[in-house]
Amino acid sequence: MDLAGLVAQLLNGVQYGLLLFLIASGLTLVFGVMGIINLAHGSLFMVGAYAAFLVGRATGSLWLALPAGILGGIALGALLERGLFRHFYKREHLDQVLLTFALILLFEEGRSFLVGNDFHSVPIPAALDFSVPITSDFSYSAYRFAVIAVCLLLALGLFWWIERTRFGAVIRAAAEKPEIVDILGIDARLVHLVVFAVGTALALTAGVLAAPLYSVYPNMGDGFLIISFVVVVIGGLGSVSGAFWSALLIGLVDTLGKAYVPGVSGLAIYVLMAAVLLWRPAGLFGRAA
Amino acid sequence: MADNDTPMLPASRAGWLGLVVGALALAALPYLAPSTYYVELGTTALIAAMLALSLQLLVGCTGLVSLGHGAFYGLAAYTVYLVTPANAGLPMWMTLPAAVLVSGAVAAVVGALSLRTKGFFFLMVTLAFGQMIFFVFHDTKLGGGTDGAYLARPLISAFGWELQLPRRQRPIGTYYVALIQLVLMYIGLALLLRSLFGRVLQGIRVNEHRMVALGYDTYRYKLAAFILAGMLAGVAGHMWAMHRGFVNPELVGWHRSAEALLMILLGGLYTLHGPILGALAWVGLGEASQLITERKLLVEGLVILVVVLVLRRGLAGLWTFARRPAEPARPPAGAPSPESGTAEGARHG
Repeated sequence: MDLAGLVAQLLNGVQYGLLLFLIASGLTLVFGVMGIINLAHGSLFMVGAYAAFLVGRATGSLWLALPAGILGGIALGALLERGLFRHFYKREHLDQVLLTFALILLFEEGRSFLVGNDFHSVPIPAALDFSVPITSDFSYSAYRFAVIAVCLLLALGLFWWIERTRFGAVIRAAAEKPEIVDILGIDARLVHLVVFAVGTALALTAGVLAAPLYSVYPNMGDGFLIISFVVVVIGGLGSVSGAFWSALLIGLVDTLGKAYVPGVSGLAIYVLMAAVLLWRPAGLFGRAA
Repeated sequence: MADNDTPMLPASRAGWLGLVVGALALAALPYLAPSTYYVELGTTALIAAMLALSLQLLVGCTGLVSLGHGAFYGLAAYTVYLVTPANAGLPMWMTLPAAVLVSGAVAAVVGALSLRTKGFFFLMVTLAFGQMIFFVFHDTKLGGGTDGAYLARPLISAFGWELQLPRRQRPIGTYYVALIQLVLMYIGLALLLRSLFGRVLQGIRVNEHRMVALGYDTYRYKLAAFILAGMLAGVAGHMWAMHRGFVNPELVGWHRSAEALLMILLGGLYTLHGPILGALAWVGLGEASQLITERKLLVEGLVILVVVLVLRRGLAGLWTFARRPAEPARPPAGAPSPESGTAEGARHG
């Protein structure tokens, strides 16, 4: 194999992994704090991707899509939390699964109603539509570099928020012991609302960034949802830093596996998950339950 | 059946009679249906009922919410495709064991790994492994890739004798084969629930720690239930191949698993006949919704929301509620439940 090709695949893997982190971190945060599993998280990603497509089509530029995705995500997340999810924190797993499955169906129907069932490609913003020369005979897509940069910035911001701010401390406390939030006199409903809105905004942002790379198509959230589950299982449920390293690992394994071991294609990550379950069922970075 | 300490089964003779009447009504359906289209729809509903019933062994009985159950169902259908030569159907006594064995073997591997986790982890791991199997059929040419493939349907035959049906009669024959399998599956599971094994499983759902304290190796019991449920899903998947003569990756996908969970919740979580009711209602509803609107997903999504938000005891719960308002079908956590006798029974049983 040639070196330039390997470097390109490694960069692709990092870019894919960081995108997965944006999705998986929301999933794991929402689970960690509220104890709810959101199968519709992949649909939120899809909403972001289609938002990028629609904004791009309407304005001819993708630049508006990113702030629209973040703000729209916060609004949508707050709406879903207030309207539906908060009634389900104490309900059984089965109810939560079916609630969020129903949301998937409704989001898909909404997508079909608004945009139809066709496959649409989304153009890369003109300002980033070039290749960055690395060596004389190797260059790499500027847009993918930009995605890596935005994801890293968001990841840093998320870590800073959780580890260094007062609200982050409350979130960590709530994930550790939900009762403590009430004891400290903090409004748990506000914590839930903010966490859910942030998780939703992260998923929508990932969708916006992904749209030019992967195009938009029906049920596109499904694949990303399930890979995010694998990320969360390997990283340890509820652990954001675990999700980060695990997302990078999955991104690299999946990309390199597809590039260099044809035939195995998408199976490599599931083999990895099986190995982790055998070795450390609580995940590589999770503490034993 | 006055001495019934298994709340998943009917509590009274009248309840059992109701089930028999229901089965007879199902048996009469082909003669009442206005066209073979409805007979085929009925077969589809019976297959869905088998799938939901097999999943109930995990969900309602053992308390394991699996999102990968559809994989074993689809795997069985694909097994029928893979073992069948291109032009001639094989007899059912060859295809059915093959399908069930493959589903059971894969369920053993998936279960052995997934059962190392609990709760939401279990849910996500079963979903991920189910999707892995989906991708095997979706991404490789093993079973026709994304488009799926047609297959020669299995034959109803035994010891050289073969049930030869004219083309117009075939849907009716298939319907009865499905109905017989469903009835046998219900009876088999009812007997299982009353056995020591079934009581241990129900004890695990109510309180796994207690079962461990009583000295049961709950991992092995759960794994056995997982494998058995996978095999029964295989029976349903085999019947699908026999009914439709067509396989595609959608059969393996996790939406099938979620629908089966919905059928259970729709029918009634803690009864054995609930999933059957739920499956019949769900298939009927899907059909009815297509008469009203093109947007099937919208109707399905809204119905699921209503069921989750309002109809928390399912259809079977309505029935129980009407007859015995004093007994909660779904006891709140921590309250003494009618099931608590089950674990005691297991010790003596």
